[in-house]
Amino acid sequence: MTIDSIRTELLEKKRSAEEIAREALEFAEAENPKTNAYLTFAPERALAAARAVDQKIAAGEDPGPLAGVPIAIKDVILTRGLRTTCASRMLETYIPPYDATAVIRIEQAGGVIIGKTNCDEFAMGSSNENSAFGPVRNPVALDRVPGGSSGGSAAVIAQGTAVLSLGSDTGGSIRQPASFCGVTGVTPTYGRVSRYGLTAFASSLDHIGPFSRTVRDSARLLQVMAGRDEMDSTSAVAPVPDYVAALDGNIRGMKIGIPKEFFDGLASDTGDVIQAAIQTLQKLGCEIREIRLPHTSYAVGCYYIICTAEASSNLARYDGVRYTRRSAAAGSLQEMYRKTRDEGFGAECKRRIMLGTYVLSAGYYDAYYLKAQKVRALVARDYAQAFEQVDAIVGPVSPHPAFKLGEKVDDPTSMYLSDIYTVTGDLAGIPCMSVPGGKTPDGLPVGLQVLANHFNETTMFRVADAFERA
Amino acid sequence: MKIAEQEVRRVAELANLALTEDEIVRMTQDMDGILTHIDKLSELDTTNVEPMSQVLYDAEETATLRADVERKPLGNADALANAPVSGQGYFKVPLVIEK
Repeated sequence: MTIDSIRTELLEKKRSAEEIAREALEFAEAENPKTNAYLTFAPERALAAARAVDQKIAAGEDPGPLAGVPIAIKDVILTRGLRTTCASRMLETYIPPYDATAVIRIEQAGGVIIGKTNCDEFAMGSSNENSAFGPVRNPVALDRVPGGSSGGSAAVIAQGTAVLSLGSDTGGSIRQPASFCGVTGVTPTYGRVSRYGLTAFASSLDHIGPFSRTVRDSARLLQVMAGRDEMDSTSAVAPVPDYVAALDGNIRGMKIGIPKEFFDGLASDTGDVIQAAIQTLQKLGCEIREIRLPHTSYAVGCYYIICTAEASSNLARYDGVRYTRRSAAAGSLQEMYRKTRDEGFGAECKRRIMLGTYVLSAGYYDAYYLKAQKVRALVARDYAQAFEQVDAIVGPVSPHPAFKLGEKVDDPTSMYLSDIYTVTGDLAGIPCMSVPGGKTPDGLPVGLQVLANHFNETTMFRVADAFERA
Repeated sequence: MKIAEQEVRRVAELANLALTEDEIVRMTQDMDGILTHIDKLSELDTTNVEPMSQVLYDAEETATLRADVERKPLGNADALANAPVSGQGYFKVPLVIEK
């Protein structure tokens, strides 16, 4: 199903939105034990939203651009009255008192939210193995990880248990799982989508973005969510163009940059798929140019200083006072803070809080945090210079396809290093996405990453859409 | 080693985390691994580089201010609904100052 096919069914009265929602929920609940992609289902909310769509259609009103479409929301994005856990023991029973702006806009557009998806705890991880409620399995190969942190949101699309989903991306958490599961995932320009109601991980890097089967559907979902929100002072005022109108499949003459640095350390099965994809773009009439992004090899170190520093500050609020969990063992106030945090956070969250606290602590600020902000400026400058020569950049998303569950859990540094091709886009704040690029000889999906300049989502979508059609 | 167990203990205190002895040992190894990689940043001369603390400055300064219109805030009951312990409109915590 796509947004268009559902719209046709509704307008031709083949099925009602309520029927579609009931079937979607039933199918998703039956299939979920295979992957553990959903943490919570929302039947009441979904059926109420679906009935509202049916009423609009009956009254001859426009039911909205996402009318009747079953949508899953990553469990770090707040949904009023619907449990939102961040896949953490800390928030196991947390019921948000308000909706995220992205959620409000989706429901206003007729979207039907059917449930909340599993992810790495507080969106920290690249394999979805850091969830307090068990890992997600990759629908393409059940013994492999779906990627992370938005593993559940990618898996539900691959599994067909939602038509659209929302993820969040701080260092690759939308593109990498999209690549691993063979679906489309988009990280928009920083500030393009309001983060009001997104649980803060690293505020200078966090994004909300769509997952879907097709490029067109991601463009439509972004269209609904994008634009200024007065509840998020970092949301951009730049006007939102019509993304879908530009998708004509013609990218002849477009200049595409291939960063040399994105091919260092790339597994050969992944490299072959990417090379073939580049040839496809050439056949579509693109001009392929090799470019340099010379600071790429510094990006992972830079990223893990900035994101952990910001995370250690953002996660300070989980102290046993306001957010559901308080250690039963607590005596004094200080003891309550410490025991609550020790019991509530998993190993990866603790690692990042520790690293972030360390790099911000007295005597280390200049050597780590300030240094990382300067290196971040160099990474962003690399892209600014590249976009003087090319319209878009393509490359791999991840150095390798989906790996086996448990394969990397004991080596956090190696897990961090595999974020090399995704963190640079987040550091620069540019739009970037993963579109299915092909498969390895073992049948594992490989995503093609497409990056464009700030607020140039249209160019990014045009390249990905033309590639998808080819 | 980039970091010693002693320092990990101090950081855990700053971060309000009560780590077990096993966790301290493991944490020291893990932090050492990533800090060793991070050391690579010192290869770069960043003397004249402005730190990037904001991503984009695309808006006029005042564009980030909303209209000064009164609106209903989250109510007291909603704000307290997720508190583990509350009473009389407040969050409750263990006794801080002894009598």
